[in-house]
Amino acid sequence: MSTPLHVGFIPLVDAAALIVAVDRGFAAEEGLDVTLVREVSWSNVRDKLNIGLFDAAHLLAPVAIASSLGIGHVKVPIVAPFNLGINGNAITVSPALHAAIMAELDGDRFDPMATARALARVVAARRKRGAVPVTFAMTFPFSTHNYQLRFWMAAGGVDPDEDVRLVVLPPPFMAETLAGGQIDGFCVGAPWNSIAVDRGVGHILHFVSDILVRAAEKVLAIRQGWADRNPEVVAALIRAAARGSAFVEENRTETARILAQPERIGVDAEVILRSLDGRLKISTDGTLRESGRYLLIGREGADRPDPVQAAWLYAQMARWRQISTSREALRTTMAVFRPDLYDAALGRGSEAGQGAAGPIGAFAGPAFDPEDVSGYLRSFTVPRRAS
Amino acid sequence: MGAESSPKIVIVDESPIRAAILEEGLREAGYTEVVHLSEMQSLLARIYALDPDIIVIDLENPSRDSLEQMFQMSRAVRRPIAMFVDQSDAASIQASVDAGVSAYIVDGLKKERIKPILDLCVSRFNAFSKLQDELDRTKHALEERKVIDRAKGILMKLKGLTEEEAYVLMRSTAMREKKKIGEIAQSILTASELLK
Repeated sequence: MSTPLHVGFIPLVDAAALIVAVDRGFAAEEGLDVTLVREVSWSNVRDKLNIGLFDAAHLLAPVAIASSLGIGHVKVPIVAPFNLGINGNAITVSPALHAAIMAELDGDRFDPMATARALARVVAARRKRGAVPVTFAMTFPFSTHNYQLRFWMAAGGVDPDEDVRLVVLPPPFMAETLAGGQIDGFCVGAPWNSIAVDRGVGHILHFVSDILVRAAEKVLAIRQGWADRNPEVVAALIRAAARGSAFVEENRTETARILAQPERIGVDAEVILRSLDGRLKISTDGTLRESGRYLLIGREGADRPDPVQAAWLYAQMARWRQISTSREALRTTMAVFRPDLYDAALGRGSEAGQGAAGPIGAFAGPAFDPEDVSGYLRSFTVPRRAS
Repeated sequence: MGAESSPKIVIVDESPIRAAILEEGLREAGYTEVVHLSEMQSLLARIYALDPDIIVIDLENPSRDSLEQMFQMSRAVRRPIAMFVDQSDAASIQASVDAGVSAYIVDGLKKERIKPILDLCVSRFNAFSKLQDELDRTKHALEERKVIDRAKGILMKLKGLTEEEAYVLMRSTAMREKKKIGEIAQSILTASELLK
């Protein structure tokens, strides 16, 4: 008899491994009867996972950590035994902000340090004129998008809390809000950057892989208590997701077709395929940019949760004053990512599989060392204006 | 706010009918200060201007993540937090998520004052979905009736049957093929389109 499961997701390309696992029958072959539920907000996904309406979910890695630490909401310990995607986000700006940054640019336009410094000059000029501050949208307070945007602009001398406005928007609303002029740019996952470019309302300024070589993005999230009580089901779900991610990597065209269905992501298969291939139209004139690191699903060890990535996200939460640091909180955070469950489910030693995880590789700051988070944090100083 | 005064409630809901049902229920229960916001533009500014004690939001509302962030970033003294963050009432939180409603409450409002309001929201949200289901069923029945009538007309014309005979033919076919009469009628319409 198959086990009925309810799994929540947000319409994004990095839900691919889960969606494919269900729609291609891998979950069923593992004895799971999975109902995928598309959600409109991360708050909903978090709440439904927390109270047990969902058994598992496609979740922002930082939300899994925040939930386990009890930050911002109810404390519910979560485990992440499978990593659904590495990278995949991009920063898109309006044609006006793009032109302003390019006018101030001193260096290569794909060099995030050059663009961040240019942004700092644009922001300062706006302030001098008394104009409204530059506004960027991201997807959630505890999101990779929030931290990636902040990491980028702070490196150029922009204080994300004082010099610009950061607002939250659901991914499917980014393009139209940019078109409406309420925001000047955003950081979001695929395919929503491409949607803005296709509508002629945005330029992709950076792939997040310009900022961080390797950044854990979404995880398969499960309540720890439930996972402890149902180890076989969790193992089966990991195996189904692993077959899903392998399929995604080997069959991108078919994956794009599956994801394009209205009850999944519901946008053109061609746009989704661009994200999977890392071949994105970055400006309205059709300029293409290609990167093998744009979005990693099912390759380069992307599936296996890496606790160092969790620690890096924890450091960002601390840097932006969402949490106060402690040895215990760091331990709790790193224990959210569960490579041991991944290895056990797939019968692998920790070094096998798709290869060992590479470093985070940020464009600014020292190399990240989870043993010395406070030393790492001390190296970042954002010039603060008197406030 | 005095201890006896009615807490100020803001309803954020894109469905005007559901919001009206909820607002009416709250007023009947003696909560006089209720405001419905349906316009998502400048939502936060309006919420701060109103300075509510409780914000009720439907779970289908995509603005929920935006609200959570704005409340978190807020430097206002009266900062709204998600309901039952102290997780003392799992049954209530489950009932409200099931019903499709969530709430944010400013710090300091006593739980015994919040509970009846949330219970009322849950029951009104449930009443609304029941109403919606009935409406959907009625609409569906009406549409099916139209399809059956058109199929009947086709059979009468093509096979020279009376209305009664045409209906009996469809019904017996449906029974024999273990299908609904609506499905048989739809196949007749599809076939007649193809054979045109």
